[in-house]
Amino acid sequence: MGPLNVSNAAGRPEPGATRGPTEALDAARPAPPRGPAPPRFGHGYHRQVTKNIPAIAVEGLRKRYGEVRAVDGVTFEVAHGEFYGILGPNGAGKTTTLELVEGLREPDEGSARLLGQPSWPRDPGLLRRIGVQLQASAFFEKLTAREQIHTFAALYGVSSRRADEMLETVGLTEKAGTRDDKLSGGQAQRLSIACALVHDPELVFLDEPTTGLDPQARRNLWDLLREINAQGRTVVLTTHYLDEAEILCDRVAIMDAGRILRVGAPSELIAELGVGNLEDVFLQLTGREYRE
Amino acid sequence: MSAFRSLSLAMLKGLLRDRTASFFTLVFPLMFLLLFGALFQNDSVSRSHVLQFGEVAVLDEMPADQRRDLSEALNVEQVRDRDEALARVSDGDADAVVWQDEDGRIELRYSAADATRAGTVQGLMQSLVQSANLAETGQPPAFELASDQVEDKSIKPIQYLAPGLLGWAIAMGASFMSAFTLVNWRKKRILRRLWLAPISPGTVIGARIGVSLGMAFLQTALFLGVATIPFYGLRLTGFWWLAIPLVACGTLAFMSVGLVIGAWAKTDEAANAALQLVIMPMAFLSGSFFPLDSSPDWVRAISNAMPLKHLNEAVQGVLTRGEGWGAALPAMGGLLLFAAVLTAVAARLFRWDDT
Ligand SMILES: Nc1ncnc2c1ncn2[C@@H]1O[C@H](COP(=O)(O)OP(=O)(O)O)[C@@H](O)[C@H]1O
Ligand SMILES: [Mg+2]
Repeated sequence: MGPLNVSNAAGRPEPGATRGPTEALDAARPAPPRGPAPPRFGHGYHRQVTKNIPAIAVEGLRKRYGEVRAVDGVTFEVAHGEFYGILGPNGAGKTTTLELVEGLREPDEGSARLLGQPSWPRDPGLLRRIGVQLQASAFFEKLTAREQIHTFAALYGVSSRRADEMLETVGLTEKAGTRDDKLSGGQAQRLSIACALVHDPELVFLDEPTTGLDPQARRNLWDLLREINAQGRTVVLTTHYLDEAEILCDRVAIMDAGRILRVGAPSELIAELGVGNLEDVFLQLTGREYRE
Repeated sequence: MSAFRSLSLAMLKGLLRDRTASFFTLVFPLMFLLLFGALFQNDSVSRSHVLQFGEVAVLDEMPADQRRDLSEALNVEQVRDRDEALARVSDGDADAVVWQDEDGRIELRYSAADATRAGTVQGLMQSLVQSANLAETGQPPAFELASDQVEDKSIKPIQYLAPGLLGWAIAMGASFMSAFTLVNWRKKRILRRLWLAPISPGTVIGARIGVSLGMAFLQTALFLGVATIPFYGLRLTGFWWLAIPLVACGTLAFMSVGLVIGAWAKTDEAANAALQLVIMPMAFLSGSFFPLDSSPDWVRAISNAMPLKHLNEAVQGVLTRGEGWGAALPAMGGLLLFAAVLTAVAARLFRWDDT
């Protein structure tokens, strides 16, 4: 499959319209290729993908923690090459949903199939094809950025050279000798994403990758994420930044109290509810009371 | 690089770069050995301190070579005041007072406070008197009891210090490092992240055990290297290499202690406190720092329940007492059983996350 075959039923928002405002800040960093881009992530894309099955098919997922219904009957599908966002206030169940989909936790009910395979029980063959960035960066203790990514590369049987390339891709070559606890928030997130991508996964999960970053770092990260998606990878991201979802995502699922309230392209949702932007959509669907 | 090797390397670097942890688990015990070994260097445990008042024929008329032999076991000091000498014995400052009556009877006074020591002195004096009696008759002895201590005659403190401190070092290293790995990997979500990597749990566990075994063998090599230099003078006996499988089993046993504490503790600090509370008293009760031969029965009963005591004893047996498989196998079996039970407990307590 070609790296750019990424459109989906819902359609991608016009790049010019949504990406305009970030242009000025993007100038600080070498602009990644927009639109058609050669696969810069090493091995290229030769895997057999059956186009008629969705990349992710989730059905009736439920998970309770004691009395808390963290995920309460979630069903959705993500197409190959799609950039899919899960939006919701704190405690909505985004992380738990992602963890169930990734196969990190066993669902109480329901199932998740990734690339046609069930994600639970654990299947190392499937794990090779997915890349995960956990909500809190998971780094080995007291290792430098380069040692971290080399370790992850080895876990996936990937060469050290490729790991160094990945470090370069996320712009951390200069920080290669820095220990994880000395990296800034943005650098740590980029390293974490690099570790998630080092084995060239088809499916990428990112849990709040931009939370806690300053505007510059956020926008740099957006470029990186768009680039990843432009190479044909399916990307699922959770966020509670609405501007981010509006700019990055082909489709978003709005979640609250363990349930998905609405799914659609940001522009469709805005039109449907007759409001000004995704933030208004969000507030209209989830209410305005304080969370956590 | 293979997943196993790179994981091992990542763990090893993480442990060695934690300065405090590596100091206390690796350097600290070795410093104890260097220090204790030097402090007690001339202090043979079987050397008794006897005060001699006035003339005592069996001691004074001893041939020079016999006197030299005796001096390895007995340190004789001449005193002028018998009452003062008796006071020193009851204070524990000396082990016994000896003098001779006008009618030739040899009087020995010792303190009952240290039964072992009293027995030693008594036995020594008895044999001196008997051999003097025999020599007086001019006949060769009709019966001879050839008895000897199991240990090297002049047992030096290094011979129990080296195995005891090594046992303590192994216990600290294995338990602290496995507890810290578990707590930190849970806290930093590395455990979760590894679950999502296409590697088997066996690889992760194997790498972790491999790192601990490697560290334990390194410690053993350093300890034996230091203890056998002439200054410390440890003499290894035939089956000393059995210490290697013993150390391996001990490492597994104390890793399992670390796993239980690591599974229970939420933070490094809690794990550290719990480990200190477990390991230090256990080391004392296992004779890591001083022998417990003369301690009360109840102490020895508790001591017998300590895995470290059996490790220490078996390691001392094979290193310095010429013991072999007979001493090593039961200890190894017991340590492995202990490891299996505690690992099962740790598995019950195990959590993936702190929440
Ligand atoms: N491991 C857990 N144990 C108990 N409760 C949990 C756990 N993880 C999440 N929860 C609860 O489940 C709900 C959903 O949490 P989460 O999925 O983290 O939401 P989000 O990522 O949207 O903020 C929250 O009420 C949270 O407190
Ligand atoms: Mg979350």
